[in-house]
Amino acid sequence: MSAPRRLVAVITAGLLAVSLTACATSERDAGGAAGGTMVFGAAGAPKNFDPIFNDDGESFRPARQMYDTLITYKAGTTELEPGLATSWTSTPDGKQWTFALRPGVKFHDGTDFNAAAVCANFDRWFTMKGAAAQSQMIYYGDVFEGFAKNEGDASGSPVYKNCQARDANTAVLNLNKFKGAFPAAFGLTSLSISSPTALKQYNADAVTQSGDSFTYPAYANEHPTGTGPFRFESFDKANGTITLARNDQYWGEKAKLDKLIFKIIPDENARKQELAAGTIDGYDLPSPADYGTLKDAGNQVLVRKPFSLLYVGINPKNNPALKDLRVRQAIAYAINRDALVKTKMPEGTQVATQFMPDTVAGYAPDVTTYPYDPNKAKQLLAQAGQQNLTLNFYYPTEVTRPYMPNPADLFAAMSADLAAVGIKINPVARPWNGGYKDDVQKAGKQDLHMLGWTGDYNDAGNFVGTFFGRPKAEFGQNDPAMYAELAKADSIPDPAGHTAAYQQANRDIMAKFLPAVPILTTGPAVVVKGNIQGLVPSPLTDERFLTVSKGEQQ
Amino acid sequence: MLRFVVRRLVQVVPTLLILSVLLFAWLRSLPGGPAGALLGDKATPEGIAALNRTLGLDQPIPIQYLRYLGRALTGDFGASLVSGDPVLAEIGRALPATIELSVTALLIAILAGIPLGYLAARYRGRPWDNATILATLVGVAVPVFFLGYVLKQVFAVELGLFPPSGRVSVDIDATRVTGFAILDGLLTREFDASADAIAHLVLPAIALATIPLAVIVRITRASVLDVLDSDFVRTANAKGLAPGTVRGRHVLRNALLPVSTTIGLQTGLLLAGAVLTEKVFNWGGLGTLIAEGIERRDYPRLQAIVLLGALIYVIVNLLVDLSYALIDPRVRLR
Repeated sequence: MSAPRRLVAVITAGLLAVSLTACATSERDAGGAAGGTMVFGAAGAPKNFDPIFNDDGESFRPARQMYDTLITYKAGTTELEPGLATSWTSTPDGKQWTFALRPGVKFHDGTDFNAAAVCANFDRWFTMKGAAAQSQMIYYGDVFEGFAKNEGDASGSPVYKNCQARDANTAVLNLNKFKGAFPAAFGLTSLSISSPTALKQYNADAVTQSGDSFTYPAYANEHPTGTGPFRFESFDKANGTITLARNDQYWGEKAKLDKLIFKIIPDENARKQELAAGTIDGYDLPSPADYGTLKDAGNQVLVRKPFSLLYVGINPKNNPALKDLRVRQAIAYAINRDALVKTKMPEGTQVATQFMPDTVAGYAPDVTTYPYDPNKAKQLLAQAGQQNLTLNFYYPTEVTRPYMPNPADLFAAMSADLAAVGIKINPVARPWNGGYKDDVQKAGKQDLHMLGWTGDYNDAGNFVGTFFGRPKAEFGQNDPAMYAELAKADSIPDPAGHTAAYQQANRDIMAKFLPAVPILTTGPAVVVKGNIQGLVPSPLTDERFLTVSKGEQQ
Repeated sequence: MLRFVVRRLVQVVPTLLILSVLLFAWLRSLPGGPAGALLGDKATPEGIAALNRTLGLDQPIPIQYLRYLGRALTGDFGASLVSGDPVLAEIGRALPATIELSVTALLIAILAGIPLGYLAARYRGRPWDNATILATLVGVAVPVFFLGYVLKQVFAVELGLFPPSGRVSVDIDATRVTGFAILDGLLTREFDASADAIAHLVLPAIALATIPLAVIVRITRASVLDVLDSDFVRTANAKGLAPGTVRGRHVLRNALLPVSTTIGLQTGLLLAGAVLTEKVFNWGGLGTLIAEGIERRDYPRLQAIVLLGALIYVIVNLLVDLSYALIDPRVRLR
């Protein structure tokens, strides 16, 4: 008897001792002096810290704090604002861009920032060697289309010609052709400016293929060196924490926090509990279902302005009935988008009238719209002789995306709407990365499907051009007139002409082509504790933590 | 004896080879390959096809397998698609976390399970026994991720007694020596780091210990009851031996044999439970690597971890067989 009792006593005492140390730890955390440390919960690990090799939000978030780009986006908007370049001009043909660079800026390693450094970065990207490295430069490939020497599967002729340092503070970029993506694309995190000294010292270009995968050099893993308001301190891979420290030599307004720590917590429930327990000060991508409880607990749920779009794609390949514009219009009239936005989506969501949010230059306020009208849908189907239409409708499972936090719910509501006008729906559910994307984007097996897009920068081509600029298995039909119209809009360098051409393209897409039905546009949220000030949610998820400060714990 | 060991070790080779073939074929039969997972939402079908060609994933599976085997034989298991680190380095970083958690959970299960089971048997039919049986039923039935969530909500979020997840607090700057957080703190005399690591370990270890604890309690109880009813205990009592001697020498020792077998079996299950527990508590061990690896179709990582797991399993089995032979001379090793 006495032995077990002693055991219980020992265990109890041990637990007590442990809990006392835990209390001591949390009290020490609570010291909210000026400056201080902010811990932010990230949903995944960054791939590495060299922005040019990355294309995902988890890699971009730390990079944005450590690097600057030539042009940047005004906090909370998609508007352009001076970054490392104080001003920029282009020739009328859009083939030459001149950047006046900010004087007196230094990289974290003490290297001077100047025109030579800018050109070193552009030249580095352009002359990047090795199929492994090129295949990882997704955004560069997208914007600049090709390399000095395309390797492996890279193809396309390069947009970039060369870069000249006219003087220390003037960099001139020569291009082979204009693209609508400029100048907005100069603000892409992927095109951040690195220290040429550090790039060389830490072997930045040495991406190698090892078996089925890639390994990255020391620069990308341990020595990212930019000009940003925070500098890299450490990445503790075993414990999943990235530590950045304030750059006291920053050229602009200095960061308020002493330290910024990103703690990687893949499980969403775990992020929520850590916030409640006070071990993190905020996290990205809270589930819309939690907005209410998070706010009730004294947190701030900062909803980003919409910059993503959900659409229902229409694919006539296997179902010729869908070639008839009237049938496609009937589908558009049949879906009650107001109800979807009100009942299935988080606050801040808007009904989409066209394939881009209204903040993008090229948005047309006067497109043909398809307000909810089931009778009109039935009429159109009758006119087309398609009263007994059966469509297979693909939707993804095991995924949430900003534009569809709950795909199955949205699917159920939309298919009920379609059934109500007499369209018989065969639902086909596939796991997102386990067949959905293959079936829909590669094989084009669907008649209807749900998909969406989150924009990268303020350019119409990044939305409509991506969707409908060329033939795609996803939409199953060949529409040369539509491709030509979008290509023309993209090639006009004059901003006013560019915008007008895209507005016309939007009107035509909605009235004449209707290759899909735009459903809604929305923005995800970021949540921070009540005592965090100065975090401005960005439609581009381009939040910069330099303006963030931490008040007393409440 | 030596021949037995050598023969068993030689048998390991075909076992691992067959397993690696099955695993390879299974992973590659999953829809949606690593290229799509790697390139993210913006990936175009052309981009995915190009990356597949770059990675050699468009080759026939037998050729891919032979290449993999060739590299593996030289000790190169490739780099993780997710992190770009060599998978062996990743495993080396994560393994101590998993061992720390599993061993602690197993110790809790054994040190608490045997006395609790013994007491339940000794007070058979009394309230204490009934309460124990009920508790173990609940313990076996509750899924570990749910229990973990509740433990966190109560003891970390509501009461603030323990940290909710992770292995160390972000403000602890511990020196890594062995990778075992508690041990490292002791070795480097950073005692607050050890205390912090213990505080982090409590909730996940309890969550993970629950099922093996419940099983050990029940097996111990049943086994002790069996022995209590046996002739030799009756004889010992009849001979007038001191009750303490009977309980210690005769009952407990004999009752523990089936319990030790159960503990061996539970060890395997424990590793499976660790995967879930690690996910709930963001523990950063092998379980975390596996979960993320499946989601991102990280072939090199999953292959290496499963093969490593199989190797450990085979070796542990070999050791168990050897220990039987040592304990019980009737078991012949040929």
